[in-house]
Amino acid sequence: MSVHPEVIRLLIFLVGIIAFAALNAAYLVWLERKEAGHIQRRIGPKEVGWFGLLQPLADGIKLMTKQLIVPAGVDPVLFRIAPILVMIPAIMSFVTIPFSDTLVARNLDIGLLAVFAFASVNVLGLLLGAWGSRNKYAVISAARVVSQNVAYEIPMLVTVVTMVMISHTMNLTKIVGQQMGGFWHWNFFNLTASPLMPVAFLIFFVCMLAETNRAPFDMAEAESELIAGAFTEYPGMGFGVFFMGEYANIVIGCSMATILFLGGWDCPFGLYPGVHWFLLKMYLLIFTVIWIRWTYPRTTFYGLLNLSWKILIPISFFNLLLTSAMLKVFKP
Amino acid sequence: MIGYLNEIFSGTWSLFVGLGITIKYFFKPVVTVQYPREVLTMTPRFRGHIELVRDPETGGDKCIVCGMCQKACPSGCITVTGDKVEGAKKKALTRYTLDFTKCSLCGLCVEGCPADAITFSKDYNLAGPTKETYVFDLKKRLEERNG
Repeated sequence: MSVHPEVIRLLIFLVGIIAFAALNAAYLVWLERKEAGHIQRRIGPKEVGWFGLLQPLADGIKLMTKQLIVPAGVDPVLFRIAPILVMIPAIMSFVTIPFSDTLVARNLDIGLLAVFAFASVNVLGLLLGAWGSRNKYAVISAARVVSQNVAYEIPMLVTVVTMVMISHTMNLTKIVGQQMGGFWHWNFFNLTASPLMPVAFLIFFVCMLAETNRAPFDMAEAESELIAGAFTEYPGMGFGVFFMGEYANIVIGCSMATILFLGGWDCPFGLYPGVHWFLLKMYLLIFTVIWIRWTYPRTTFYGLLNLSWKILIPISFFNLLLTSAMLKVFKP
Repeated sequence: MIGYLNEIFSGTWSLFVGLGITIKYFFKPVVTVQYPREVLTMTPRFRGHIELVRDPETGGDKCIVCGMCQKACPSGCITVTGDKVEGAKKKALTRYTLDFTKCSLCGLCVEGCPADAITFSKDYNLAGPTKETYVFDLKKRLEERNG
């Protein structure tokens, strides 16, 4: 009896992707705590293992051994399904992300669309979980999450449309393929397509922060006002799965920024392109995400919406118009 | 329009300035002391609970049992008892009790002591299961310190 190689390939990628997401969630928490520590001139975790490297393991065991309480009065189905709804799309998005020219689970022709379609389910998970919790803080958090995500999805997608116009494809591997051969080929420096390219990157990055509910846009989980927002009623691993989903989403967001703007697995100076360059760029972006969290205080809700509707959306639309005009004039 | 763009530029610039400050701190050495693996030596004016001063000549206490500390204490947490010892001119201390649960570390006892027999200890590692842990017998503590 022989197994079709495609089945083995599928299983390997499935296990690999889930392991990658879980490992990232665990060690990004470690990175977050270490980085926060050093920014505040502390050391951060250091007691469990060398440099606290076993801390995520200890946290995981703690979360897993906690009792899974389903509070009285919650919607039993929504309450249980919400963490999964946050986690699953995040893992599914990994399917189409090319880590290098050969390392991609499924090279979809509409990969870009697939990632952003899955990313929008994340909001739904938070909304349902918060609604199902029967908790006033959670409901306030749900309202915030929805208006925040609606507001930031627009400039993000407009920026992505600009990128699609430049690259003429939604295939992520091809988008990276066009940027090969040194950093001056990256879309970030593609100033002939649009002189506002670095601004577009900035808009994309800011929207990514807001979409993943990261500080300074962590209105959904504003600890000081809403306890833990949508996660208030979740004990143990229910909260743990939400948490893993959030970090997986950050990884997805940073991967997308790397693919769209920073040339994916391309080396900045033409040496040995490969998966290491992709990971290096992605983790640098994640480092920046954490760095931003520990630099800025949380914005007010009005400030958050003003930033999107009054600044990011007009600029991203202007960039879209400018890019289409430039494409028409210079690349007939 | 100019004001709008100006606000965006100055706002974005201020955000980058903020990031610059935190990354500078990121690369600076840490300033926290890894207690209990590292401990700082307390400053000379640190006020812990009081303790008896060791007399370098006799190895015992320097207390003359005048009771000034007991009178000076606004919280009434010091109890001094002494005895006449045969052959000696001054009274000898038999028991010096400090109820540290009431002490406010005002230092009037240390100030008022004519024999300089009490001083502030540098001990801040205090933890105990009951209230009675903090009723110190200072004479016994002095003997323990002498070994």
